Amino acid sequence: MALLEIDQLAVSYNGNPVVSGLALQLEEGEIGCLLGASGCGKTTVLRAVAGFEPVRGGTIRLAGATVGAPGRSVPPEQRRVGMVFQDYALFPHLDIAANVGFGLGKMNRAGRAERVRAMLALVGLEAMAQRYPHELSGGQQQRAALARALAPSPQLILLDEPFSNLDAELREKLAQDVRAILKAAGTTALLVTHDQHEAFAMADRVGVMHAGQIRQWSTPYDLYHRPMDRFVADFIGEGAWLAAEVNEAGEVTTELGVLNGIRCAEDATTRQLDVLIRPDDLVHDDTSPQKARVLARAFRGAEFLYTLALPSGQRLLSLVASHHNHRVGEEIGIRLETDHLISFSRQ
Amino acid sequence: MKPLISRGALYVLPVALLTLIPLAVVLASFLQPQPEIWEHLAEFVLPEVLRNTLWLVLGVGAGVLLLGALLGWLTAVCEFPGRRFFAWALMLPLAMPAYVLAFVMVGLLDYTGPVQTFLRESFGEADWFPRIRSTGGVVLTLTLALYPYVYLMAREAFLSQGRRALEAAQTLGLTRRQAFWRVALPMARPWLAGGTMLALMETLADFGTVAIFNFDTFTTAIYKSWLALFNLPAAAQLASLLVLFVFVLAWLEAKSRGARRFHGKGGQGARIVLYGWPRWAAFGLCLTVLLVAFVIPALQLLQWGIKVWAEEVDARYWGFVWHSLLLALLAALFVAAGALLLTHFVRRFPDSVTQWLSRIAVLGYAVPGTVLAVGVFIPIAWLDDQLIAVVNALGGAETEVLKGTLAVMLLALAARFMAVGVQPVEAAMQRITRNQEDAARSLGVTGRALLWRLHLPMLRGGILSALLLVFVETMKEMPITLMTRPFGWDTLAVRIFEMTSEGMWEQAALPSLGIVLAGLVPVVILIRQTEK
Repeated sequence: MALLEIDQLAVSYNGNPVVSGLALQLEEGEIGCLLGASGCGKTTVLRAVAGFEPVRGGTIRLAGATVGAPGRSVPPEQRRVGMVFQDYALFPHLDIAANVGFGLGKMNRAGRAERVRAMLALVGLEAMAQRYPHELSGGQQQRAALARALAPSPQLILLDEPFSNLDAELREKLAQDVRAILKAAGTTALLVTHDQHEAFAMADRVGVMHAGQIRQWSTPYDLYHRPMDRFVADFIGEGAWLAAEVNEAGEVTTELGVLNGIRCAEDATTRQLDVLIRPDDLVHDDTSPQKARVLARAFRGAEFLYTLALPSGQRLLSLVASHHNHRVGEEIGIRLETDHLISFSRQ
Repeated sequence: MKPLISRGALYVLPVALLTLIPLAVVLASFLQPQPEIWEHLAEFVLPEVLRNTLWLVLGVGAGVLLLGALLGWLTAVCEFPGRRFFAWALMLPLAMPAYVLAFVMVGLLDYTGPVQTFLRESFGEADWFPRIRSTGGVVLTLTLALYPYVYLMAREAFLSQGRRALEAAQTLGLTRRQAFWRVALPMARPWLAGGTMLALMETLADFGTVAIFNFDTFTTAIYKSWLALFNLPAAAQLASLLVLFVFVLAWLEAKSRGARRFHGKGGQGARIVLYGWPRWAAFGLCLTVLLVAFVIPALQLLQWGIKVWAEEVDARYWGFVWHSLLLALLAALFVAAGALLLTHFVRRFPDSVTQWLSRIAVLGYAVPGTVLAVGVFIPIAWLDDQLIAVVNALGGAETEVLKGTLAVMLLALAARFMAVGVQPVEAAMQRITRNQEDAARSLGVTGRALLWRLHLPMLRGGILSALLLVFVETMKEMPITLMTRPFGWDTLAVRIFEMTSEGMWEQAALPSLGIVLAGLVPVVILIRQTEK
């Protein structure tokens, strides 16, 4: 049985439906992630799971018990759900130890002190116990908030954009740290973010959200390599759509020739296709007879991302090691190296 | 279905009723005019009162706007000798109630005062000397007492955007003079308007100053109708008229506040260094205002106070002090509790009825004390009649139950100063984020525990400010205390009124010094905040 089961969830905000028909399942000990642009309703889902937003339709079940359904809502304080807020929401009038112990009101003094110590050790903040929130760095505050949420041993931890207030360089490191802490605590967690890198670094399962619904709920690898619809294919990673046709022999032909690779699209009956070419599918090869003109380039340190135009005007992206330094307007040789094809019927 | 009255509204309602009942009582009397009272008022009272009020509003409005804006501009944007000192010293007059400044002015400048006496002795008859007990005298006094409202606002406006905006305008080809008129001044308009409206609301509410000048306005007319002619309905009729005037001002003030909301803090440009005569004119103006509005009156009070110390400081004087402190403390506690209740429940139940009631609860800041005194007294007197019947039926022989107790005075004071208390508490509440509350909830802390474990500790600073501000405002307050105090329950402010109404300036000096000293505390705190 899944720890968190959301079924046909509908939530409104100020009378407008924000989430509708949303479903997901999270197994015990798993880390899930809702990924989407701002305004897609992902934070609303999180707040509904926490019990801060009323459910208009569907159900939210925690460990088999229904905690949220229309007209039937277990209050947040009884759900045993911890939450780490985007701005951490630490209490400025309490030191870190008191912040972490805030939710341990039912324990006796010794038990509380012991639990606080254990939590601070888990997040590596033992030395900061007597400090106040404003004396900590952003990353330390975040870990303090995590320790506070973990302290009452919740069955589920929710994290709202946990890294958005931190420096970009710190994020990936912290995402790995937080993942390690959650795994060490054995806690089930659900986070929301708009950043794919964060989602991929943190989560076992990721749901791409759009307009209040989950378009695909799977592992990060499958999201990138086996997107189930055009939206997910466009949203995750980069790429360009290339027109293709299925010939009599069943091969996929394009203006770059026949594409080799496992076809994973389900709509195999149609002849007119669009194939997603990822920048890493298109290899720069000076010896290739196939030429493309450089339209633009973005330097990314180790690589260049070239925007290329085929003679037909078709545009493609290519990731090339940055010692291949070509000017805009130059013709360069290219070659497709596809392993599997992400293709959809032409629209 | 949602109930009409939410739980939050039920908690907030008692605080809102503090203001709502007096206002309703007073306005109701406007809706049912009694012809004979109106005839009397229209013939003997209103012509002079309306004329005086009009001149006062026009004169003080123009005066505080001009003086406040000019001083604000000079200290915020320009550079001249003493600028740093004047920037904070010009806030000092906030500590001196207008009625204290008033009797010192009259005492100093009247025919028998030291200035005219000196002139007569040195140069012979000085009939060219303007009469201080005149419309001009009242306007001058109130302008000097109330300009800091505009000064503070103007300074904030010019500091946050004046210099940078001026530089931007100059890079676009405007001369400095053009830039002032076309950029800096229009940008500061909501601040200047807000400050002026506050000063005018104080002017309409003023009782002590106009009483000292024998300059009849609504407040003195209300006082006389009630306590000299014992005509409570007439007082209520006058109060209802005054409330209408005041709410026009309050509405304008609220509008200007809306316009101020969306201005961000700009960077700082270079100051305009004054050279030549403007340099010394700026210095001279600041110095003159500071001397006339604060230093000279304070020294005069000291001199008078020392002179009468031996005969005035006795058990009776300490009685005034004790009454003032006790009243101020009670009012401060009462208001702070109300403010905490209001902000806490508005936060927990943010429905529209609760919010609406919480806004009514702070309307009292716009309502003059004389009006509130009438508005609280009438329903209490009615309630008393009912209670007396009950008491008599039970065999008691009381003629008064609530009338003539501290309760009437405290209710009126709480209504008047609720806004003073709510403001700092609300500001502190705004610093508690929704997420912090949600965090507390998800950690199992809700309901009353939320108040004790999150709101109270985090609101501590705001509550202390509320206590302090209401304490000082109550000490300075005159009309409510005067009109609703229990018999013989005299405070410092009452003593000042009684001495000044008999022209005994020297005897009024000691209680005034006490009030000015108390008033200095929040001003010093304000200065330290703004100079940070």
